[in-house]
Amino acid sequence: MSVFALFRRDLRLAFRIGGGGLMAGAFFVMAVTMIPIGVGGSLDVLARVAGGVLWVSALLACLLSLDRLFQADFEDGSLDHIMLAPAPLEMSVLAKAAAHWVTTGVPLIIVAPLLAITLNLAPGAYVALMASLLIGTPALSLIGAIGAALTVGVRRGGLLLSLLVMPLYLPTMVLGARAIERASIDLDYLSPLALQGAVTLAALAITPFAAAAALRVNLR
Amino acid sequence: MILQADPIEVERGGRLALSAPGFAVAAGQAGVLRGPNGAGKSTLLRALAGLLPMTTGDARLDDLSLKGDREEFTSHIAYAGHLDAVKPALSVRENLASWAALYETPAVGVEPALAAFDLTVIAGTPAGYCSAGQKRRLGLSRLLVMNRSVWLLDEPTVSLDAASVALFAEAVSIHCAAGGIALAATHIEIGLPEGPRIEIAPPSERTADEGDPFLTGAWS
Repeated sequence: MSVFALFRRDLRLAFRIGGGGLMAGAFFVMAVTMIPIGVGGSLDVLARVAGGVLWVSALLACLLSLDRLFQADFEDGSLDHIMLAPAPLEMSVLAKAAAHWVTTGVPLIIVAPLLAITLNLAPGAYVALMASLLIGTPALSLIGAIGAALTVGVRRGGLLLSLLVMPLYLPTMVLGARAIERASIDLDYLSPLALQGAVTLAALAITPFAAAAALRVNLR
Repeated sequence: MILQADPIEVERGGRLALSAPGFAVAAGQAGVLRGPNGAGKSTLLRALAGLLPMTTGDARLDDLSLKGDREEFTSHIAYAGHLDAVKPALSVRENLASWAALYETPAVGVEPALAAFDLTVIAGTPAGYCSAGQKRRLGLSRLLVMNRSVWLLDEPTVSLDAASVALFAEAVSIHCAAGGIALAATHIEIGLPEGPRIEIAPPSERTADEGDPFLTGAWS
């Protein structure tokens, strides 16, 4: 199937030299590591900000790699062929967003618990951390795909993309950080997770159509 | 099979970008688009590939209309534009194989396509190391794996040497002999099969305020 071929191609490109796969993960590690150094070693303070720091860093790491999501294909002409391929453009958009999630979201989820140790996260909050990243990071890739499609023709569009997309990331980030915070003081954290899941599902429903429409306009 | 086009006009940003006469290219023929730079040859080819909308006019492939049965119509189109859609990180063979997968055509077509454009020797080389002419040949070899009956070619011989132009002309001849249709925008004679010559004149300049609500009456 055409969409799976596109997904595999994107994964392969990301992990080739110069593809930048796992770069977002490395950025995430660096950004989070800066916090204890910058804020100082007060364990209470670190524990209190841990959830927010992890989520803000995850969001920034995700933004970093989004601007090339469609732009690389736009610049070398591949996007024309993706549009002419048998798969509907909506599905191709979804395949590219999924590949982006696998190369940026998944590494974040894997390293997050290790980084949480450096932030003195409460022991009870690790499950909430993993769950909220697992549920929330797909929304980052999906919503980001809309922004990437809108700015595909803009030179140095990364900054504009960040300005467009960051406000839309707000619900995901707030709910994720809140779930971690509640878990760390032994409160029920299922409701923020459920709401976060709702945001992700809404993004899943809207993104293919919004991003495909934006790409069609930009290719004219 | 016959490709017929009405007189086609395309407007971009309120300006007439193309005003092409009507034409027809029958199976086995290779039509040639002629016209000075800026006449709209590329625009016409992109419009016929369904990549940008026509303001007036329509094209038909037998009884399929581009405006009415867009998906069905474009599923017969193979487009080779200015950009070769070559990924530098993938090898020559991987590039072609990924496009075959994307276009859902059998992978057995890859090796003959490489051979037809004399690419077998460099099939394992990363495409980033290829010269401009080799990249162009790789871009053109995609036409062979796409398995589609109408080839739209936008200045296909740019940066090709004489031997490669001959290889390309042969590929088009074989395609047309098998009942295919080709339509090429080109400035030089490249020994394509017989076909109609379509002369495109540059669209007549419109005054800036015509059709632009912000400039209406600005000069009076």
